[in-house]
Amino acid sequence: MDKFRMMFQFLQSNQESFMNGICGIMALASAQMYSAFEFSCPCIPEYNYAYGIGLLIIPPIWFFMLGFVLNNNVSMLAEEWRRPTGKRSKDPTILRYMFCSITQRSLIAPAVWVTVTLMDGKSFLCAFSINLDIERFGNSSLIKGMSEMEKMKLLAKIPCKDLFEHLEIRVAASRYIKCISQACGWMVLLMMTFTAFMIRAIRPCFSQAAFLKTKYWSHYIDIERKMFDETCKEHAKSFAKVCIHQYFENVSGEMRSFHRHRSADDSDDEEDRRSDEDKLLGIRAQDDMNKVLWNWHTCKPPLALRKDQSNGEDNNGLKKEVNGGPNGFVKGHTHDMEKKEWAVYYSKV
Amino acid sequence: MQCAFLQKYFQSNSESISNGICIILALVSVKLYTSFDFNCPCLPQYNKLYSLGVMIVPPIILFFLGVLVNRHTGVMMDEWMRPIGERSKNPAVVKYLFSAMIQRALLAPMVWILVTLLDGKIFICAFSISSVGLKLHGPNCLWFLSSGMPNNTGLDLIRIMAKVPCKEDSIFRNSSFRKAVSRYIRCYSQAVGWSILLLLILLGALGRLIKPCFDDHATFLQTRYWSNYLDVEQKLFDETCVLHARDFARKCVVQFFEDMREDTILRLPHPPSIRCYREEEEDEEEERLHGITKQEQVDQLLNKWYYAKPELDVTRIAYRPRACVTWEDQDGKTLYSDV
Repeated sequence: MDKFRMMFQFLQSNQESFMNGICGIMALASAQMYSAFEFSCPCIPEYNYAYGIGLLIIPPIWFFMLGFVLNNNVSMLAEEWRRPTGKRSKDPTILRYMFCSITQRSLIAPAVWVTVTLMDGKSFLCAFSINLDIERFGNSSLIKGMSEMEKMKLLAKIPCKDLFEHLEIRVAASRYIKCISQACGWMVLLMMTFTAFMIRAIRPCFSQAAFLKTKYWSHYIDIERKMFDETCKEHAKSFAKVCIHQYFENVSGEMRSFHRHRSADDSDDEEDRRSDEDKLLGIRAQDDMNKVLWNWHTCKPPLALRKDQSNGEDNNGLKKEVNGGPNGFVKGHTHDMEKKEWAVYYSKV
Repeated sequence: MQCAFLQKYFQSNSESISNGICIILALVSVKLYTSFDFNCPCLPQYNKLYSLGVMIVPPIILFFLGVLVNRHTGVMMDEWMRPIGERSKNPAVVKYLFSAMIQRALLAPMVWILVTLLDGKIFICAFSISSVGLKLHGPNCLWFLSSGMPNNTGLDLIRIMAKVPCKEDSIFRNSSFRKAVSRYIRCYSQAVGWSILLLLILLGALGRLIKPCFDDHATFLQTRYWSNYLDVEQKLFDETCVLHARDFARKCVVQFFEDMREDTILRLPHPPSIRCYREEEEDEEEERLHGITKQEQVDQLLNKWYYAKPELDVTRIAYRPRACVTWEDQDGKTLYSDV
């Protein structure tokens, strides 16, 4: 049982904390990028607003898309969405759940960028310096007699330290706009935290049972995909081994018996080959393998496992023939052979 | 060795990890304050609003964050909202979880408020204007006037006082007036901060000392045990679901492969004398599936886990009879049984 506890920890921690780790790294990267980025307001009336607001909005969109790209579950979601129904019905709630969890993780880095930009205040100063009412910051003698265009040009220069000579007015104005920008930043942060709180803490009040179900099946889809890849790899390895063995034997002309004897003193060589044969799971030809891979996408199997000791509940409609002999063995691999079923009985002698 | 370590992980995990996260959040709040660029607007109408905002909004955000990252929130909500089913509800457990969660969530906001008070910038920003009314008509007005309040700039008094928190302003360049007012207000702010801290510590100490007189300690031990149990139970359920999903997936995939075969070999379970290592593993896997092999069964299981949680009684599984295979002749006599 301890082995499975460790495995569980590894499984669980691998998936979730890996994604959380990527999330955290992207958030830190976004904060670092902002501090490394050299903000230079153009200080021209027509371009200030575009630059300021553009810097507030476009990098978050870029981080959001990067979050989707880096998330492994996106391809899983796309696969589940596009697959033909086959024998397994599709559940839209699972797709929604997977999409929501991917989106939530991708939203963190953009939120960090927006918050840091608003708290810093430079982008608001650049965008809104034109709309200031300069009389409130100092003596209005500065703009007396100026036309509208000249006033706007002067106000647009406020964000640039070297272009605007009147220090007190610039400092007062920038402080005022920064204060508004910080207030907006705190409000945004409060709204986001409150929304997350409502989702996380209030959700158990609604549809908790359905939530457990979707969580289990979305996790299952991920594990099943990994299991399939693992099984394919093992199969390919055994396939290759047996294929090469057979080739060598064909060339050397020696024939080795492939019949199985359940005797106690098997050599290691035969045991290995036997387990490889078993690992092949009956798939021995390229066409068969291609069919396996093709059907895996176009016609996924239903989620209903057969018990190994079936008492006639076999639902494949195979022809049944019971052989009372001591051994059972696997027949050849051509397509038009009748499928036969062998039951193996052991007697304690 | 591994077993003991994992046991400790499951037992102490819920409490000590919650405490650790609580403390990390408090440190984050301090770091947030030091990295936040406090920017007093220095305008009469906005000073108080800004200061109040910076004093109140971040603690609310930190409180919500504290509730969010705490694992006990989910456990408490689940226990509170679940239908009764076969397990009766104990309101004391919900109350205990709620109070533990609230206490932990309140630490980071209190740290923020204390740090702002001890630093003093916010008080200076908020109350520099009102100190005018206090001091110019009080007994100390002479002291303030003699400190060299600037009166040659043409601005009225309120505006001057509003600019006190801003260091760079040129009207205060050569006077120590600004420093005097700042120091005075900061002194008040720190006094308030230390008193609040002292009050909180006293309340905490009193609560700890007096609680055993009012509360029944035996009941407290029970509620603490069952709240810990709920946490561990939820973790184990998630763990079992994950393991089950893995085995389910493996079997589904193998079955899918085998469906493509031309022949199938039916194998009944081997008697123990012929069992080899690999088949023991397969039997273990069958056991881990616990007989749940269909989608509808899994759905039903998860549904029932929510609507009708089982009673806390595991006597049945501890004394469960084992299944065995018996072979009988035509008279019904047992020839061989796998016991």
